[in-house]
Amino acid sequence: MTTQRYLVLLIVAVTAPLGDTLLAVGMKQIGPVSLEHPALLLHAILNPSVAAGIALLIGFFASYTAALSWADLTFVLPTTSIGNVLIALLSRFWLHEHISASRWLGIALITMGVGFVANGSSYTEHAEPAAQPAFSGRTAGDL
Amino acid sequence: MTAALAVALLLPPVHSSSGWAIASMIAAIVFFATLGDLLIASAMRRLDLDAIRAERGIAGASWAVVTNLRFVCGVLGMAGGFFSLLFALSHADVSLIGPASASLTFVSNAVAAKFFLHENVDGRRWAAALFVCLGVGLLSL
Repeated sequence: MTTQRYLVLLIVAVTAPLGDTLLAVGMKQIGPVSLEHPALLLHAILNPSVAAGIALLIGFFASYTAALSWADLTFVLPTTSIGNVLIALLSRFWLHEHISASRWLGIALITMGVGFVANGSSYTEHAEPAAQPAFSGRTAGDL
Repeated sequence: MTAALAVALLLPPVHSSSGWAIASMIAAIVFFATLGDLLIASAMRRLDLDAIRAERGIAGASWAVVTNLRFVCGVLGMAGGFFSLLFALSHADVSLIGPASASLTFVSNAVAAKFFLHENVDGRRWAAALFVCLGVGLLSL
């Protein structure tokens, strides 16, 4: 694992919860959206918080798919769950929100889980070559 | 997926479904989310992105990813999970559906990755999946 790859995992971990939080903040500013007025959803995209949230979630998806090209799913998912812990700690020490005992226990468990995978190998090597040739995109037998 | 939770917070709560119905909804969310993750991971594993990027650059690599049928099916699976979550949230409390679906997905992904992606899920990774599963559940309560 190189520093650049750890950075990608950090981006995955941070962008998802931050993007969700910004979406929630923006949607609370806009108020309830009903199916009778779908145009309000288009208006929501112009909200700075919603727009920033969408940008972060696009960044999350790009870095998540990139991480899956060089790391196992069972490595990426637990490792990047540390983002939940970061958000909880930010809410405690920056926004001065209350964190219950069960949440502190959750933070401890996630941190321990991340520690378990971070010490192991990130990618399972298979004996047979599975990579497609560089020039081939979609094929009929792709599934 | 938690974006759906953010949207659902704006919806009025509905509490009319039975325990079995709610369990089925949670199972559907976990199934589609796992299917999406599995197909995307499989697509990214099969594509030799380093070789494609060396030959055709970042744009070519991005095009190879988004036109890969397995990747597209994975995105559709994720979308299925998202809409299943929205549907479930219109029938049950967010405090039940959110933690249950988020935490169970970690375990289902570990099982699916072992049997379908043939990943080396050793004791360390099982422990990580279970710890994170419990941790996310507690954090979301």
